[in-house]
Amino acid sequence: MRSGVIAKKLGMTRLFLEDGKQVPVTVLQLDSLQVVAQRTSDTDGYTAVQLGAGTAKAKRVSAPMRGHFAKANVAPKRKVAEFRVSPENLIEVGAEISAEHYVAGQFVDIAGTSIGKGFAGVMKRHNFGGLRASHGVSISHRSHGSTGQCQDPGKVFKGKKMAGHLGAVRVTTQNLQIVRTDADRGLIMVKGAVPGSKGGWVTIKDAVKKAAHADAPRPAGLKAAEATAAAEAAPAAEGADE
Amino acid sequence: MNLIAELEAEQIAALGKDIPDFKPGDTVRVGYKVTEGTRSRVQMFEGVCIARSGGLNIGGSFTVRKISFGEGVERMFPLYSTNIDSIAVVRRGKVRRAKLYYLRERRGKSARIAEKTNYRPLGDK
Repeated sequence: MRSGVIAKKLGMTRLFLEDGKQVPVTVLQLDSLQVVAQRTSDTDGYTAVQLGAGTAKAKRVSAPMRGHFAKANVAPKRKVAEFRVSPENLIEVGAEISAEHYVAGQFVDIAGTSIGKGFAGVMKRHNFGGLRASHGVSISHRSHGSTGQCQDPGKVFKGKKMAGHLGAVRVTTQNLQIVRTDADRGLIMVKGAVPGSKGGWVTIKDAVKKAAHADAPRPAGLKAAEATAAAEAAPAAEGADE
Repeated sequence: MNLIAELEAEQIAALGKDIPDFKPGDTVRVGYKVTEGTRSRVQMFEGVCIARSGGLNIGGSFTVRKISFGEGVERMFPLYSTNIDSIAVVRRGKVRRAKLYYLRERRGKSARIAEKTNYRPLGDK
């Protein structure tokens, strides 16, 4: 099992391919994505990598988290997430993951927080059909209708689909295909839509319902050594100030 | 410029399409690549451009209407589609609307568009 990545959703566009096809793509960006910590079976009972993405102002990061980042010798991160990996796919702390972690044609699952819709009626929230437009229906054209039976059982069953809050929950979209990657700018282009709004954080993992891609780098697609060395020098200087 | 706009600008530059200046009301001839099995040829579609949308951005498109065997046929083309071989302006029309959907209800004499005689290319003073 390979590590996933944390990415920022930039928005959608379209690509015109050579064969005349046009593909709708979501552009996702990897922003200084580094390994912050490792979880090993000796110390934690499972193996995983903790990744951090984005850049946070040091003064806005809580003191315990600042210590955590200083221990890993990385700059404070905006977003931190853990990914379960198999022991041979552990990545060393401080390594920076590049967009070449994924290859074109590969399938991935992407999870993010969907756009909040507020309090929504049943037609929008559960795809109910609503009531008729005429034939005596008054005021309640978009209502849910009956919610159950009569004196027996004498209650509305739990889990009955009704109006309520919609969206702003974690949603995973499975089997999205990678169309193109751009390692220089850390961009990953995925065919189709991805949950969440522009600027939101999403996590990308290899698709669980497809076989692992043969060309995908293992344990991870890392940035060149000199790039990581430069990134490590900066937080080291910041750590000295504290 | 945000990164999405940058990517789109780059793609437009990479596609290297030469898009003539045309507006709704103009008669255009579009060469569209058609693949039949393994053979590929260019099919011409000539008619009046009745709408343009999306400007010159990557998502831009235009609609062409023609009367084919007495039946009105409309076709929408993405401006930057790699399937478009060529776009040529045949005639400049003089119209007062951006969307010429009123042509759908008209036939024959009333569906004519007057020719624009004072056309000046873009950037011409």
